[in-house]
Amino acid sequence: MNQIKKIAGIIWLLLGPACIYFIVRAAAHEIAAKPGIDTVIQWGVFVVIFIPIAVGMSIFGYYAIKGEYNH
Amino acid sequence: MKKQNKIWQVITASSLGTLIEWYDFYIFGSLATVIAGQFFPKTNPTAALLSTLATFAAGFIVRPFGALVFGRLGDLVGRKYTFLLTLVLMGGSTFAIGLVPSYESIGFAAPIIVLTLRLLQGLALGGEYGGAATYVAEHAPAGRRGYYTSWIQTTATLGLFVSLSVILFTRHSLDIDPAVSIAKFNAWGWRIPFLFSIVLVGVSIYIRLKMQESPLFSKLKSEGAISVNPLKESFGHKENLKMVLLALFGATMGQGVVWYTGQFYAQSFIENVCKIDFDQSRTILIWAILFGTPLFVVFGSWSDKIGRKWIMLVGMFLAVITYNPLFKGLLELSDTATKTELVAAATSKINSVSIPNSGDFVRTAMSTKSYTDGTVVTTTTTDTLYADPAQTTIKPVVKISKVLANGIYWKMVLIVFIMIVYVTMVYGPIAAFLVELFPTKIRYTSMSLPYHIGNGVFGGLTPFIATLLTTMYTADALAGLQYPSIVAAVSVIIGTLYLDSKINTKHD
Repeated sequence: MNQIKKIAGIIWLLLGPACIYFIVRAAAHEIAAKPGIDTVIQWGVFVVIFIPIAVGMSIFGYYAIKGEYNH
Repeated sequence: MKKQNKIWQVITASSLGTLIEWYDFYIFGSLATVIAGQFFPKTNPTAALLSTLATFAAGFIVRPFGALVFGRLGDLVGRKYTFLLTLVLMGGSTFAIGLVPSYESIGFAAPIIVLTLRLLQGLALGGEYGGAATYVAEHAPAGRRGYYTSWIQTTATLGLFVSLSVILFTRHSLDIDPAVSIAKFNAWGWRIPFLFSIVLVGVSIYIRLKMQESPLFSKLKSEGAISVNPLKESFGHKENLKMVLLALFGATMGQGVVWYTGQFYAQSFIENVCKIDFDQSRTILIWAILFGTPLFVVFGSWSDKIGRKWIMLVGMFLAVITYNPLFKGLLELSDTATKTELVAAATSKINSVSIPNSGDFVRTAMSTKSYTDGTVVTTTTTDTLYADPAQTTIKPVVKISKVLANGIYWKMVLIVFIMIVYVTMVYGPIAAFLVELFPTKIRYTSMSLPYHIGNGVFGGLTPFIATLLTTMYTADALAGLQYPSIVAAVSVIIGTLYLDSKINTKHD
């Protein structure tokens, strides 16, 4: 089980940057499609809020790889 | 016996205050359209911008920030005075919103004041929940934390229930004529639910003032062992940070989306996608909440016996695998294409009202269709007839409103009730789970942040992201469910792998 936790940690580590890429790309696409202050604010808030959370996901993955959650 | 009475006093004082805070927070959301008309006219871009900020900033940025500010305060000066402060802040802001003159009366000052008060509401909510949950848990006897904290867990849903009930009651009690009553409510009656808050808050402050500080925190304080820097100890030390991250990704993230999908998105889906009448779309949720609420206590209590982990994760898993059929069921129940129309009962009327000094008319066409199962569908089309024949309305406004017959109505209640059961499974045990994860001296700070990111950010964004997905994939009315399903699925996987199924007894 501890081995699975460590291997899954790689997924969580990579999921962080993948989420950042996805949300920034979606934000750019939506703002380009519907340019307007409402769209900029909505997507701006999404990006600002989700980037630290995605970084947190990568840190979580790093801890998992290091065996911090092993029982 | 005296000890038993004391814990119930603690639960009553904490739960009542938390319920009022949720009530205060929800009435703004539930009355968003009416408030927008009063303070944020769409014709003015700056006012519309402030409206967007009020919606987004209060729910998603300020709540986690409030968790940090008040969590730190709660770990430094104590739980009792901190969550008393959040209650005063929330009650004062809510009451003040009810007093703010409209945009028409004072111009830009109105939306700016309302935005500021809304931000204060978000800040207060961010500080309240962690304090109440910690306060109750630190009074609860060993082995019964799940049961006692589950009373706090009922408050978020009951706050929604009370806010919907007060709004519906006020909306229909301002005049004998229903149409006049609704018009009065939209003009000034919407202020009543806000002003009513001060009575509730007054009672709650009185009760809370009589309470003592948490025994565990008092003990730490007398020993001089309280944290000097709760923020640094919570998020700067690996041993605690790793538990904060685990709480977020393995529990609160999934809990947040299940909570919001089962209540807010379900109601929005019934009203906006199924096109069910305003009152029915709300009473369906009210009944489902009423039947489902006792289950918070059932699952909270059960978690004392079998542990918190599997109750929460099974709730999330069931949500992931059944959301599609459940929402599809709502769609099918409201779909008139499969119903038989009573052609003879169909009615239609057209009404035109002249626009002064223009020669133009506003035309309203209303048609009503009745179906053999008792469903009645009213379609209202509004457009403008211009005096100049070269001008035509580009896009008439079409509003469809379905009133369901009893049998179908109760089937919808049953479907929403099933979703509320999932809510009670994921939410009932989570306060005890979070409290037990962190040591007393930094508990308020440590548990508040993952809770408000999970519930406020992941959960709070559910209606927006789900609606956004439906606008991106217009062919699929259920596309919005991808967001809560994916987030909850990730949480189930992380929780299954990394959470301990035994109750954490490491901390007091």
